[in-house]
Amino acid sequence: MPQSSKRPVGRRGFLKGATAGAAAIVAQTSVAMAQQAGTTVAAAAASTAPPAIEVSSNSRPGSDFMVDVIKSLGIEYCAANPGSSFRGLHESIITYGGNVNPELLTCTHEESSAAMAHGYAKIEGKPMMIMAHGTVGLQHASMAIYNCYADRVPMIVVLGNILDINYRRGSAEWYHSVQDAAAMVRDYIKWDDTPISLGHFAESLVRGYNIAMTPPLEPVVIVADGELQEQPIKEKSPRIPKLVASAPPQGDSGAVAEAAKLLLSAENPVIVTARLARTPKGIDLLVELAELLQARVHDQRMRMNFPSAHPLYARPNYDPLAPNISDADVVLALEAQELWSLTHRMTPLNRFGMETQSTLKPGAKVISISAIELNHKSNYQDFGRYVEVDLKITGDAEATLPALIEQVKHQMTADRRRAIQERGAKTAAANRQLHEHIREAAAVAWDASPISTARLTAEVWAQVKNEDWSLVSNDRYPSYWPTRLWNFSKHYQYIGAQGAAGIGYGAPAAVGAALANRKHGRLTINIQPDGDLNYAPGVLWTAAHHQIPLLTIMHNNRAYHQERMYVQMMGNRLDRGIDRSDIGTALKDPNIDYAMMAKTYGMYGEGPITDPKDLAPAIRGGIERVKKGEPALIDVVTQPR
Amino acid sequence: MRRSLCAVLLLAAGAAAQTKGTANLTGNADNGKRLFLKNACYQCHGLAGQGGLAGARLAQTKLAQAAFVAYVRNPAPGGMPPYRAKVMSDQELADVWAFIKTLPEPPAVASVPIP
Repeated sequence: MPQSSKRPVGRRGFLKGATAGAAAIVAQTSVAMAQQAGTTVAAAAASTAPPAIEVSSNSRPGSDFMVDVIKSLGIEYCAANPGSSFRGLHESIITYGGNVNPELLTCTHEESSAAMAHGYAKIEGKPMMIMAHGTVGLQHASMAIYNCYADRVPMIVVLGNILDINYRRGSAEWYHSVQDAAAMVRDYIKWDDTPISLGHFAESLVRGYNIAMTPPLEPVVIVADGELQEQPIKEKSPRIPKLVASAPPQGDSGAVAEAAKLLLSAENPVIVTARLARTPKGIDLLVELAELLQARVHDQRMRMNFPSAHPLYARPNYDPLAPNISDADVVLALEAQELWSLTHRMTPLNRFGMETQSTLKPGAKVISISAIELNHKSNYQDFGRYVEVDLKITGDAEATLPALIEQVKHQMTADRRRAIQERGAKTAAANRQLHEHIREAAAVAWDASPISTARLTAEVWAQVKNEDWSLVSNDRYPSYWPTRLWNFSKHYQYIGAQGAAGIGYGAPAAVGAALANRKHGRLTINIQPDGDLNYAPGVLWTAAHHQIPLLTIMHNNRAYHQERMYVQMMGNRLDRGIDRSDIGTALKDPNIDYAMMAKTYGMYGEGPITDPKDLAPAIRGGIERVKKGEPALIDVVTQPR
Repeated sequence: MRRSLCAVLLLAAGAAAQTKGTANLTGNADNGKRLFLKNACYQCHGLAGQGGLAGARLAQTKLAQAAFVAYVRNPAPGGMPPYRAKVMSDQELADVWAFIKTLPEPPAVASVPIP
């Protein structure tokens, strides 16, 4: 970057210049005093006198052009905790851009910004943007970006950074500057770039958007250089390239035909999936395939993949009430998560040693269809253990299903169709029996206090079942009771979990998902673990400030309960008792008052509720507030799980 | 699921047979409740013994005291860890069993709003 003592400045530069001028007046006074004392100090002061400045308030800064690029991509929201390294872009979004598309969302923590974008994208099917300092802001955001990456969700991360030392004003801007801003997260993003011109920025943001939206979907990072943001546009008509969406990668046609052959020859094929349904179409396709094969669908519950009331739904694979896949002779894994754990048993954590054993029956075949092989990284181990599958098809499963369905139809014979229908009838009968067993299990501890997660789930369902609802929290924490008892059928009714099991995702992702649901008029429900909320509870204020309607129902078990059980298992191994396992894992003494926390952040709060009879009226009250367009929180003191 | 439950019951029955001769102890339900909390049984089995993802339902258990004690000492592989006498004595387990037997019957499913 050429150095100049005469730098044209825009509006912001003018303000900075005015501040510098005031400082110069003070400096001149100091210089006059110094001159009386001697010449050495005076000479030193003269050498640090500010350069002449040129005020050019009509110039458009580069950040205005950056906003043009962002608008061209249809990005609706940009979440940020304000930071000086992107102050130019911040100002352009809210003034030049009219604070619409994107609208700036005020966040109190960069982890909240990123997790909000994570939740938003899973409802809306497209990325949101966040801004952060290239150093301290990204350090805050990094865990949430890793969650997003592991969950195969797109996000546009724009980092502020001042690469040219001549533009760094004071020590804070040195602390906030970095040679290679994206390096910190490069292991868990899909792509990044550091543009050095506005044309370069436009091309990189458009390219990045396309990369983020091509399966496997993942976050990308673009660095918005501070000088590029804040200096007038120097380039002649930098252009914004047209965004052309890539068709998702499909599996090889020969391999797909082979998969159909294996599935049709099976006596008991089962389907396993974690993240098949990128879009609502994915659910329709999976229903069509499952019904053609009359195959059970085992759901790892990372997306809304399959209707929960369907007779072929085999429920979450970790649910001890659900069947397992050990009776399958062919397993079809569609964007499955950690397939090895699903097909093997390991020595449990509460015993020493490590032995592994396949849970599949001898001779069972495994087919995998997944796009994840298209973006393997080395350092972070989210890819899971290598699985010796019999047929591996690299390609997006949702994009590959139409071809697989066609092949199954093409290869189907009348004999096979008859046998398949008989299988389906047996599966449906077993599912009906299982549902009755689940209902009986839900009644146990019905009147208990703390309140059982089954009762909590049933009471919420009674109030929301006739609404257009969307559950945006991980239903594993309340022991899968929502999946066990509610009727999930639409894509937006469930969005899965964190991705990388990083805690602190729940509350901000729910706010982001509720933001996406707002324009569709949906009732968004978040069953919120207490430990998770305490990472960055300021997101409640963001929800209140931006009037994001969201019903948060605390699953307040007053502990980091999963971790408590891990500590317990360590104690079990050593045979020395587990009566101290709440040390370091309990959230009590004092208890946290979440209703008061909600009120402090400017939203409706009620609780703590300990008597299950008080649940229904409290939930109704919360829903009334949410229907008025505001967030509400009901604190429910619950059983551990 | 049913298969695994049967396996648990069979193992429990087997374990009970191995401890034949252990006289039934008189359990103290109040102390059992205290131990149920102190020794963190509730962490997997729930405060009301309702069970969960990590532990089986204990409320309305059909296990007799001897079978219960035997199972806790020597549980089925792959799930619950064993609890030795060093951690909980037979008397303490008898107390826990007595507490479990006091847990209330659930209401009829049809009488509550379970979908």
